[in-house]
Amino acid sequence: MAKEEAIEVEGVITESLPNAMFRVELENGHKILAHVSGKIRMNFIRILPGDKVRVELSPYDLSRGRITFRNK
Amino acid sequence: MIPIKTCQELDKMQRGGRTLAKIMAELAAMVSAGVTTKEIDEKAGELIRSFGATSAFKGYHGYPADACVSVNEEVVHGIPGRRRLKEGDIVSVDIGIRQEGLFLDMAQTFPVGRIDAMRRRLIETAKGALEEAIKIFKHGNRLVDISRAVQVHVETRGFSVVRDFVGHGIGRALHEEPQIPNYVTKGESPLLETGMVFAIEPMINAGSWEVKVLDDGWTAVTRDKQPSAHFEHTVALTDKGPVVLTQ
Repeated sequence: MAKEEAIEVEGVITESLPNAMFRVELENGHKILAHVSGKIRMNFIRILPGDKVRVELSPYDLSRGRITFRNK
Repeated sequence: MIPIKTCQELDKMQRGGRTLAKIMAELAAMVSAGVTTKEIDEKAGELIRSFGATSAFKGYHGYPADACVSVNEEVVHGIPGRRRLKEGDIVSVDIGIRQEGLFLDMAQTFPVGRIDAMRRRLIETAKGALEEAIKIFKHGNRLVDISRAVQVHVETRGFSVVRDFVGHGIGRALHEEPQIPNYVTKGESPLLETGMVFAIEPMINAGSWEVKVLDDGWTAVTRDKQPSAHFEHTVALTDKGPVVLTQ
């Protein structure tokens, strides 16, 4: 099959959930569940509701994502 | 999430895999100089229907044929047509079927008559890479270990692995998570677990790994026009280790 890259979108954290999961509202209005990438966790970057973040979506499951960057 | 198949689903896929292996064996027998790629495709379609299965490729994103038939510099997704096989060519046949609601995928590269030593080595290396990858598909390993096995096997023999196409999970859909690159990638890599079913498919080039897709929107060819080989099996991971379904 042809290689598919992860889709990157911007969103805003709406809710902090247990297990380092967050509910994120994307720019297009969709609400998804996202976890935090290992790199962000290692560098101890706090993510709070209201933060703007960059999220990677898998082309297979658009309801879950991976937070790869917190915008300042 | 990587879908985990139930025992019932694995039984069905086992039957589907045997069907597909029989179809492939029949097609292998008809590969010879003078045959057109279209004729191979027609035979594939006939065989698929005779087993009560359907082609997983026809209509997939608008793909126009039952099988993919790729000659020499064509890497994958060759649309069957009037191209006639000639002595010394190598031809890859890739077929996906749906049987009992589940998908199976398989590919092999065949020599047409007598081929030169380089092409023979290319085919052997692609086949060997798939065998190595299957051995690595077991508990305790990660997905990236499969990718590494293929890349090491191929590159130590002086060939290159295609980057733009990857293996994939398979079962309830033709393409499921995860993507299985034939080269090592950065980042997290999932552990392999019982019930995962993967279509592992090394695609390797004699020259550089770079490919381009022709104007027909499908046929991928090597940029340097050097030949390319492709082997694929649908493999399930069971408690007893990897089981090749398509044989």
